[in-house]
Amino acid sequence: MRRQSSDRRPWTFYALAAFFTLFVLFLYGPMSAIYILSFQGPSGGLTFPMRGMSLHWFAALFGQQRTGDFLGSFLRSISLAAIVLTLTVVMSVMAGLAFRRRFVGSTVVFYMAIASLIMPGLLISLGVGFLFHFLGWRTNWYSSALGAQLTWTLPFGLLIMFAVFSRFNRSYEEAARDLSATPWQTFQHVILPILAPGMIGVALFGFTLSYDEFPRTRLVMGSRNTLPIEIFEMTTNVTSPALYTLGTVTTIVSFIAIGLALGSIALIQRRRTRRALGR
Amino acid sequence: MSSSPAARIAPYLQVAPLALVLLVFFGLPLLLVVAVSFFTYDEFEIYPGFVLDNYIDLLTSRVTLQLYWNTIFYALTVWAITLVIGFTVSYFLVFHVRTFLWQLALFLLCTVPFWTSNVIRMISWIPFLGLNGIFNQSLIALGVTDKPLEFLLYSDFAVVLAYVHLFTLFMIVPIFNSMARIDRSLIEAAVDGGAKSWQVIWEVVIPLSKTGIALGSIFVIALVMGDFFVVQVMSGGQSASVVLAMSNEIAQLLYPPASASAVLLIVIVTLMVAGIMRLVDVRRELAG
Repeated sequence: MRRQSSDRRPWTFYALAAFFTLFVLFLYGPMSAIYILSFQGPSGGLTFPMRGMSLHWFAALFGQQRTGDFLGSFLRSISLAAIVLTLTVVMSVMAGLAFRRRFVGSTVVFYMAIASLIMPGLLISLGVGFLFHFLGWRTNWYSSALGAQLTWTLPFGLLIMFAVFSRFNRSYEEAARDLSATPWQTFQHVILPILAPGMIGVALFGFTLSYDEFPRTRLVMGSRNTLPIEIFEMTTNVTSPALYTLGTVTTIVSFIAIGLALGSIALIQRRRTRRALGR
Repeated sequence: MSSSPAARIAPYLQVAPLALVLLVFFGLPLLLVVAVSFFTYDEFEIYPGFVLDNYIDLLTSRVTLQLYWNTIFYALTVWAITLVIGFTVSYFLVFHVRTFLWQLALFLLCTVPFWTSNVIRMISWIPFLGLNGIFNQSLIALGVTDKPLEFLLYSDFAVVLAYVHLFTLFMIVPIFNSMARIDRSLIEAAVDGGAKSWQVIWEVVIPLSKTGIALGSIFVIALVMGDFFVVQVMSGGQSASVVLAMSNEIAQLLYPPASASAVLLIVIVTLMVAGIMRLVDVRRELAG
């Protein structure tokens, strides 16, 4: 718009940059408050001021049972997220491949995915609860909760695969076929490497959406909670900074997941550029 | 494309796992909710039947109207605010940030909170907005006010603020995506043709990012219409939404009325989304 003449930026740039900065402050500001508060001293409360700095509440979290079954729900959440991640990646990639061709019912599947995405989470939870009730099955994190979470992660995965495939150049596949590769070889040596960064994206979605999921899981967890439900219940009955400490801990886990995903995408890209340059 | 029998059935096998999961855990449960909404019940059990009582109670209650008014008020307010923020932020990133690396870095900066827990992000407003919170104390320190402001927490203001904080990302990502795909030469052509910069935005940028705007709007409206925990916590129990009321019915084991209320909500959300999808053919733009 303004790049033709000189390199001077127009005033709108500075106005928009200021707006953007405010937005970022708005995003991160409140979150930083609870990270600070999780280091409250032993006599500190839920709000400022800080009464000293300590790791007291971190110790309390891992120590006694006063904050509920933290470790158990944490491990359940991580295991569930790992299963959801795996199933989401595999099923979304397969479905993404299917949608590159015409097939009867593709419209139905597409709209079912969109509907599943926008449906209020608690309604899904209610419905899955009914399903298990009428079948006489017991709800559990690895059955009913897993299924309920997949109705949320699969549509996201499918949408990402659409975006990935819309930029996918088919001539690579055709070249492989011309060199008489079998369909499986083509998939393994051509399609899969090209899809890899997109698949890591789907994996990140699958993991974090499951790890933080709460409305869909709420009614179908069975007798034991996942971490987000545990935290939500704490908001109503825990009045110590342990709540914020738990928030800090789960956020660290999320950050590790983000770091791993972005790091491996960067690694793949770098290896590719290096290989392209070497040739 | 070869059209051997194997190649023809391949897509069906490939889509089967996803379709099956959605059918069992989304389609079937939805049908059950519809079925239960016609059931009868007492304090202990629900009984299969076909009565319209649950719907009659629901549709003749003034509470229903109040709940929908509340929820739709939240949805539209949040939609308008997130649309303005989402559009402005994306516009800045796409058209004003010049190097790709900076663009990516700033985009990631916006999306990282999306990967962290919603519950935690929501409760982080409490120490911020409370009577002794950071915001009030700063205002007092600056001499803007001598008494802490009470409307900041446990109010409609707090609810809308938390929604905007949680859901703006759902607006930014799709709008950014469609804006980034706009061919720059179209904009140069508009400028060469004498368009002012607001005309470029209005006549070129907005029409070409309408898929993103539509997708973002669908996300934000559906998320707000389906929420119950933000309303519950941030309004301090002073306000309610449709799903919060439903959640209370479920807690009292009133499953048939809760199901009827769920069916009504599904109809209304579907109508809103279908309205948006009529304006913009989201599927063609996504899959095409």
